[in-house]
Amino acid sequence: MTGSVHRRQQRAAWIFAAPVLGIIALVFVLPTLLALALSVTDYSIYALADWSNLRFVGFGNFADLLATPLFWRALRNTAIFAGLGVPMAIGTSLATALLLHDATVRWKPVWRVALFAPYVTGIVATAVVWRFVLNTRFGLLNWALAQVGVAPVDWLGDPRWSIPAILLFVTWKVFGYNMIVFTAALAAVPGELMEAARLDGAGAWTRFRHVTLPAIGPTLLLAAVMSVAGFLQLFAEPYVMTLGGPSQSTVTVLYFMFDEGFKWWNLGQASAVAFVLFVLILGVTLVQTRIGRRYEWL
Amino acid sequence: MAVTRRRLRTVAMNLAVAALALVTLAPFAWMVTVSFMPRYESSRYPPPIWPSRWTWENYYELLVRRVIDGAVFDYRIVPALGNSLLIATVSTLLGLLLTVPAGYAFAKLRFRGRERLLQLLVAALVVPGQVSMLPLFLLFRELRLVNSYAGVILPGLAGIFAILFVRQATLSIPDEMIDAARLDGAGEMRIFRTIVLPLLAPVTVTLALFLFLGSWNDFLWPLIVLADQHRYTLPVAVAAISREHAADGELMMAAAVVTTLPVLLLFLALQRYYIGGLLGGSVKG
Repeated sequence: MTGSVHRRQQRAAWIFAAPVLGIIALVFVLPTLLALALSVTDYSIYALADWSNLRFVGFGNFADLLATPLFWRALRNTAIFAGLGVPMAIGTSLATALLLHDATVRWKPVWRVALFAPYVTGIVATAVVWRFVLNTRFGLLNWALAQVGVAPVDWLGDPRWSIPAILLFVTWKVFGYNMIVFTAALAAVPGELMEAARLDGAGAWTRFRHVTLPAIGPTLLLAAVMSVAGFLQLFAEPYVMTLGGPSQSTVTVLYFMFDEGFKWWNLGQASAVAFVLFVLILGVTLVQTRIGRRYEWL
Repeated sequence: MAVTRRRLRTVAMNLAVAALALVTLAPFAWMVTVSFMPRYESSRYPPPIWPSRWTWENYYELLVRRVIDGAVFDYRIVPALGNSLLIATVSTLLGLLLTVPAGYAFAKLRFRGRERLLQLLVAALVVPGQVSMLPLFLLFRELRLVNSYAGVILPGLAGIFAILFVRQATLSIPDEMIDAARLDGAGEMRIFRTIVLPLLAPVTVTLALFLFLGSWNDFLWPLIVLADQHRYTLPVAVAAISREHAADGELMMAAAVVTTLPVLLLFLALQRYYIGGLLGGSVKG
């Protein structure tokens, strides 16, 4: 009896799971393995025309990459994007979540929806809008800054400002997501603990530092890991807003990969870039989880 | 004294939230008003926030195919809208069909290799999708899927996140319910259809929304796999237009409205499921 029940369960499970697992194998596992193979070949437009032009080059692609100044530039730009963007985005999310968590704030569901709205819209269309918001002469932002006496900034045309400008847009677009995640985490902070701290005379900052922060620590860490991974994969924003410019100040690793692969058709080289990106993301994730363990957050 | 301080704090907090919401929504509001301005009106300082005269001309130029002196002017936004709608709808339906049963199987059905597969799926989440994109393109070229709707849709169906999402939600269904049905002699298919699926309905709506928005907003892969302008999805078409018409503020804003309005409305209508899905039912009001 139980044997046949198990067999039936087993069969049903495979009917339920096999189709999607098959698709995952075809469009994810197989290509990822192929990417590894591709990255040690000189696959280019010639091989695209005829497979016989394909040669094995070992780590040649990786060596070439390290000798390419634009790749280093892209790495540096991406590091700046992530280094500034993660604190900016996570900080905004946390600040808004704390604000919304305050007991005196009314109509919370309405604010939540309003603040979350940018997240559900597409990057391309909103980047188009923001390109006009950031316009030097006619943009809303420079107009607002002029009201407080700041001279016009050439946001997307000045290599010093192009990364902050894009980060402003990205932060606006994504902060709603982690705001909601933090809202859920804040709701789980034990109320008695907060009340006890208050009765002990702990100020707002002390309560935040010693009650709230440890309680939401794991959530914060996870959000940071995801954010770093997200910022390392920045592509569409510079693609639509600056085309990597001005003077290559917004070429990211993924932008570089896209150009190498689908503009110049150096697919072997581009696969090597993809693997560097993968290793970077993996590395950052491991470091962050290790830090989390040290502070007993995980 | 204490009462006035608390009142002051209440007012300050509410004002701060309202100001933040205003700043957040300002680009959307401006997008809509500029899209109704006559040509070149937005290129002025201070930037006008209200049209001097409301006009549909930008939408007309964007959406209607015109022939002037024998030359065809067509931004192909309407076909792109159709493509996006078709691709997002099919992606959502197929995605649900594939991942909801799989998520249930991983949560409640015992089968050999389940734990091992689950570990592999979680580990796979770390691999960025871009790693597989280059070989996938070559693979699809061999399979003649480049430049086809199937080529756009297929990679999105590998819903690892969706499987884990459904699995997580299914874990809260008590085993006893399913076991009782088994003892009554119900087959596994029937248990899934009549007991599990109704309980998973809210989660399914949330997932459907995730899938639809994900497909609608997807940019990099459609950009890679679609070469023919007639198959472009909205984001790819809008990106292409924005390269040529960077200076036409009003026209580009109209394009942005056409792209964002459908998802904003969809989100507003179903926001309870979306935000509820993210909050995991822990927060009310």
